[in-house]
Amino acid sequence: MTSPDAPVRTENAPRPEGATAPSGRRRAPVRPPWILTVPATAAVLLAVLPLGYLAVRALERGPAYAWDVIAEERTGELLLNSLGLTAVVVTACLLIGVSLAWLTVRTALPAARAWSVLVTLPLAVPSYVTAYAWLSAAPSLAGFTGSAIALTLASFPYVYLPVAAALRGTDPGHEEVARSLGKGPFRTFLRVTLPQLRPAAAGGGLLVALYVLSDFGAVSLMRYDTFTRGIYTSYRASFDRTPAAALSAVLVLITVLLVAAETRTRGRAGYARGGTGTARRAVPAALGRFKPLALTWCGAIVALAVAFPLATLGYWLAVGTSATWDPATLTTTALTTLGLAAAGAALTALLALPVGVIAARHRGRFAQLLEQAAYAGHAVPGITVALALVFLAVRYARPLYQETPLLVCAYAVLFLPVAVAATRAAVLQAPPVLDDVARSLGRTPLGVLREVTLPLAAPGVAAGAALTFVVCMKELPATLLLRPTGTDTLATRLWTETGSGSFAAAAPYAAALILLAAVPSYLLGRHRT
Amino acid sequence: MRRPLARALTAIAAAVLLAPALAACGSDEPADLVIYSGRNENLVKPLIEKLEKHLGANVEVRYGDSAELSAQLLEEGDKTEAGLFLSQDAGALGALSKEKRLAPLPGTTLDKVDPAYRGSNGDWTGVSGRARVLGYHPDQVPTPPNSVHELVKPEWKGKIGFVPTNASFQAFVTGMRVLEGDDATRTWLKGLKANEPKAYENNLKVLEAVDKGEVSLGLLNHYYWYEQVAEKGADKVKAKIHYLPKGDPGGLVNVAGVGILEGADEKQAAYAQKAVDFLLSAESQTYFAEETKEYPLAAGVKTAEGVPPLETLQPPRIDLGRLDSLKETLAMLQDVGLV
Repeated sequence: MTSPDAPVRTENAPRPEGATAPSGRRRAPVRPPWILTVPATAAVLLAVLPLGYLAVRALERGPAYAWDVIAEERTGELLLNSLGLTAVVVTACLLIGVSLAWLTVRTALPAARAWSVLVTLPLAVPSYVTAYAWLSAAPSLAGFTGSAIALTLASFPYVYLPVAAALRGTDPGHEEVARSLGKGPFRTFLRVTLPQLRPAAAGGGLLVALYVLSDFGAVSLMRYDTFTRGIYTSYRASFDRTPAAALSAVLVLITVLLVAAETRTRGRAGYARGGTGTARRAVPAALGRFKPLALTWCGAIVALAVAFPLATLGYWLAVGTSATWDPATLTTTALTTLGLAAAGAALTALLALPVGVIAARHRGRFAQLLEQAAYAGHAVPGITVALALVFLAVRYARPLYQETPLLVCAYAVLFLPVAVAATRAAVLQAPPVLDDVARSLGRTPLGVLREVTLPLAAPGVAAGAALTFVVCMKELPATLLLRPTGTDTLATRLWTETGSGSFAAAAPYAAALILLAAVPSYLLGRHRT
Repeated sequence: MRRPLARALTAIAAAVLLAPALAACGSDEPADLVIYSGRNENLVKPLIEKLEKHLGANVEVRYGDSAELSAQLLEEGDKTEAGLFLSQDAGALGALSKEKRLAPLPGTTLDKVDPAYRGSNGDWTGVSGRARVLGYHPDQVPTPPNSVHELVKPEWKGKIGFVPTNASFQAFVTGMRVLEGDDATRTWLKGLKANEPKAYENNLKVLEAVDKGEVSLGLLNHYYWYEQVAEKGADKVKAKIHYLPKGDPGGLVNVAGVGILEGADEKQAAYAQKAVDFLLSAESQTYFAEETKEYPLAAGVKTAEGVPPLETLQPPRIDLGRLDSLKETLAMLQDVGLV
């Protein structure tokens, strides 16, 4: 390996205390200002509430009992199944997400803007709808293969979005240097661009991993026994909450390990543009003879992840003998869903803001602990989080129980990491040197936040809110348990209709859900930082 | 620079404030009776409307999955607002009964239902019955087998459809364990597995598969066939069903039932009691018979046109309360490799 081949920045080299980062960034103070610390701590405490419940339930018959559950042979099998599925889906999502991001942002792909919107749309399709479509087309896929396909196609945008944003935000200068030294576009991508994308890709991959670990919709249809399916089965089979809680605790442990691994991968560099010059758009790489191949790749992914489930829905709508179009119910339900998801997204974004800023701007044990704690409950199945909130609310917040605010809080607990990841990435892209300038001009930490950091990060924070909005709309298990009695969302109606075996009657709700979720997904796809 | 942010924050605050208004609950008046229903809303709603009229009271229903609702009720404990639990199966009621969360029902109510179809502690009762049957494709199977034990013969290889994840199928396996013991059941499951049965995700899919001749036999609940016939017309449904005779475990009759929650306030408990009696009245029993084609269990109501009466069936005699050992059943199914 010759020296021009080496990545321009050494991401991981540990730096001595007080050394200057490549982006001209001083080592940030370990202690974030209290104006951030207090709300961030409050947000994280809310996020770890379910863990307290898990401890109570898992240990109510003594640690020996809980250990017996965890030590069962079956637990090991479930764990291997879950980890295997996670590894495959994350790898596939990284391949699809990164390749599509590069094609749509950095190459002369025809209709790149349209593609960037289309490849974001799978976010709008709930995993159970994707799984159902695949299962009706090819019943033999049931099991690992089907689960892997459905989950990959449902979750690759979690990688695509941050990587595309990072590609737009990074300075093309490094790549130009590599190109001028005679490296081809692919070599340049592998050697220069990819290392810069690592934090974004790792963050996206982490979200995918946690999504796969906690998903129930796809794996239950595909009859593949993952850890989460085991937890649901445990509730349904023994009506016993202790083993389910013990198993969930294992998922928490895995989450913590995954988050720690992701933090490691991130490296320690600042990812803002270098301090001089203005941002330039990279010159799109010509695809040449690879153009048909690139178009086929994008087309295939969109066909499989969007067109195919939609076609299946269309088929339900068309053949439905028991289809009942009830526009009034549909409208009310859609409005309720929008209201709840908007409130959920707003609260989640708000809570994620201080956590994301601290994660991006500060180092040290406290900042790291804060971020990891925010993620801790993210892989716990929705049913367990919901039962935790039932347990806490009936005891300590009775007036809120089965009222809208509690459901909105549940969304925040479930999806805080989605918003934290987006906020953190957005703040990272804002040059920290500007914060320093503002501080040196006598602004308080709050002033810096209000006048410099947040305005620069606002589009990214909004994107995080839009993403949270979409996942709130699709949420089912917690919504079922915590919704105000008599309130329906599109997801709960979909559940009711499929539960009485009328897929034709379910189709309008599924279609409405996808249509509404497609709007923020579309905005996310168009989003240009 | 500060304007857009201020606007965004205002929008966020508005959204948070507006959401409860948008997601306003169905009614502002407090409910006289709160029911947790594990039975599907599409099925139960018309009956609930009748119940409201009958009671002259405001009834609120919370719909969910029977097992998850029973977990929720256990989690709520004596702080629950629910007065009544309407369950899809006996198992979830048995679980609440075990934890002493159900109030005893008066003898006058219990006497309306055959003891075989209610809880042995006298704190829950079945309100409608569903029989396990064998669906078959008459062209491929001129005379259907009379026992599930025939299904392990090699002639049925690749020709059986079933729903391994379905609660009713699992209840049938549990029933077999109670009737014939674990070893015999395990042997039978292994035999079934060796015959490479096709797994479907619900009863309806099994029936459709039998109808198309994709499989020759299907293990399902009886009412799916009658609903299909009612929806499509008898001449459009090729599949037939066979009730297994002589107390064969494959002919199990299971129930959907109801129990009153312990600790409900007096007023609600009184309404809940009236509601249980209403569900066992001729009006409700006729609704179950006609609308869902299930077996009425009380009030001398006849089964729907074409459905053989309960007393002509020969189901295995079994204490339904013993069907709560589902955990062992699942372990066995997992062990054999069927789920």
